[in-house]
Amino acid sequence: MIEIDRVRKEFGDGTDTFIALDDVSVTIRENEFFTLLGPSGCGKTTLLRVIAGFVDPTAGRVTLDGQDLLGLPPFRRPVNTVFQSYALFPHMTVAENIGFGLQMLNRPKAEVKQTVDEMLALVKMTQMAGRRTSEISGGQQQRVALARALAPRPKLLLLDEPLSALDYKLRKEMQLELKRLQAETGITFIFVTHDQEEALTMSDRIAVMNGGQIRQIGGPREIYDRPTDRFVADFIGETNFLAVEVLDFADEQARLRLPSGAEIAAHAPAEGIPRGAATLAIRPEHTSLCDPEGAALKGKLSDIVYFGTDTHYHVALDGDTRFVLREQNQPGGHEARAVGDTVGVRLAPGTGQVLRD
Amino acid sequence: MARGFDVRRQPGFVTLATICFLALYLPIILLVIYSFNAGSSIATWEGLSWRWYVSAWQNQQVQEATVRSLILATSASVIATACAVLAALATTRKGRFRGYSAVFAMINQPLMVPEIVTAVALLIFFAVIKVQTGYTGLGYLIIAHTAFCIPFAYMPIRARLQGMDLGLEQAAMDLYATPWRVFRYVTLPQLWPGVLSGAMLAFVISLDDVVITEFIKSAGQETLPTYLLGQFRRNITPEINAISTALLAISVVIVLAFYFLSRNRK
Repeated sequence: MIEIDRVRKEFGDGTDTFIALDDVSVTIRENEFFTLLGPSGCGKTTLLRVIAGFVDPTAGRVTLDGQDLLGLPPFRRPVNTVFQSYALFPHMTVAENIGFGLQMLNRPKAEVKQTVDEMLALVKMTQMAGRRTSEISGGQQQRVALARALAPRPKLLLLDEPLSALDYKLRKEMQLELKRLQAETGITFIFVTHDQEEALTMSDRIAVMNGGQIRQIGGPREIYDRPTDRFVADFIGETNFLAVEVLDFADEQARLRLPSGAEIAAHAPAEGIPRGAATLAIRPEHTSLCDPEGAALKGKLSDIVYFGTDTHYHVALDGDTRFVLREQNQPGGHEARAVGDTVGVRLAPGTGQVLRD
Repeated sequence: MARGFDVRRQPGFVTLATICFLALYLPIILLVIYSFNAGSSIATWEGLSWRWYVSAWQNQQVQEATVRSLILATSASVIATACAVLAALATTRKGRFRGYSAVFAMINQPLMVPEIVTAVALLIFFAVIKVQTGYTGLGYLIIAHTAFCIPFAYMPIRARLQGMDLGLEQAAMDLYATPWRVFRYVTLPQLWPGVLSGAMLAFVISLDDVVITEFIKSAGQETLPTYLLGQFRRNITPEINAISTALLAISVVIVLAFYFLSRNRK
């Protein structure tokens, strides 16, 4: 279990300080695939480097299974990193790279060799053991970097955007591969990415970061379906934001009045939401087109964009708000809608999340 | 002017280049040719012969000067390279610190201060020590040569260090390597071509030095260059050509060796 307690990092001094980490606290459980997700500059990589020991925080505590990490230099921390650039040693073979950590821990030669062989098999690189790192492809380098970091069996593996240099197909493959490795080795992973899809598919829990703060921590479904603030809702996936008025709140449900005058119910944060103006977030795929007659929302179709698996309908709601909804394409089923049509938007009960602004 | 300015297309370029190359290489070619002269003149050709090489080889003064030069160049280049590696690590791996430019200028001071100034300064400085200690050995020359060799060794090493990926050292540290082991197993193996070229440059510079050596050598401490200089005051024979040609051959071999060594590593 790794506990990060009010970690703060300021760069620069005097009037020109930049707060990279703003009192970040989070507890990461044993054997968890934990993702730090956020735009570049949000502090996720800085937090990772604090844990690895390459950045000294201005304040705060980091403990791993009760052991204080901050007093230790990087080479005394039972933590390994997969670097974004891989940082493989160019003057060593694949096998020598993987064995490096164990060698530095002064493990007996036989044990090093056995572990290296296991690791090579684990990442399916046995054939490449004798190659130089410059003689293998990007995807293979990525596997070697992973094997090298896993070989000493760290308590914690840090991964700094390890998949960002790979092309789309390979990235998909490696995402599954990483999940598999994490399950097989039982090591806690802390994964840093700016790619929300990556975060949603791989993680047990996600911390969404922005401006040096953690905005929300939760499982992928929770983060996606129940964002607590506008940044999280906006950063992850596509979202429609509607200005609404909260009439009533009870039991995580709020009664809202839409600008059109219609009243609906929507999910709200457990700690409650004050009456008055608020924002309602609605995912495009949670809605569908319907007859304008009696619909909660209606407007003119301003654009129809075909995406293969689905079609996006852009609706200009009354009062000029743009609303995007997404419908899965059915075989042969092509509804005759045209730009300019007046359409209604059907909100299934429980659709949408009220955000505190 | 679609392809922009091309210096090779300017009028007179070929002529100028030819003149420059002739000025550079013709004297050396003549020197080499006359080292095989059978006669005892360095200007009139009297047929092909090895005799001056044999004579130089058997000349005891030349033997002693050669051994002294090699000892001196080896000691100075090894010590200077070791110092240069430390200096390069300190100036590239510790971030920008206060007084960085001053330190940089101090390391490279021998490149900027006229050699004759250094020579006079060292002469006076060592004279004091000689009087105090009575020591007159090769140590003075080794110290002096080391001092002016450091910047030559420092330059290629620093360039190599600056070009290296800092991420590799961090990765090694992340994998439980102590700072010394990071240097030993990651930095040094990659720095090696830089170290080698620094050492070779230092070696050649030391082997070649006349001014400083001439000033501070004790009696009888001739190096090859100062011996050659001394010979010009007496009778000039193609023996000098032979010695110079041998020196040239050694430098060419060193440069070629380094070239192939660094190419194979790529």
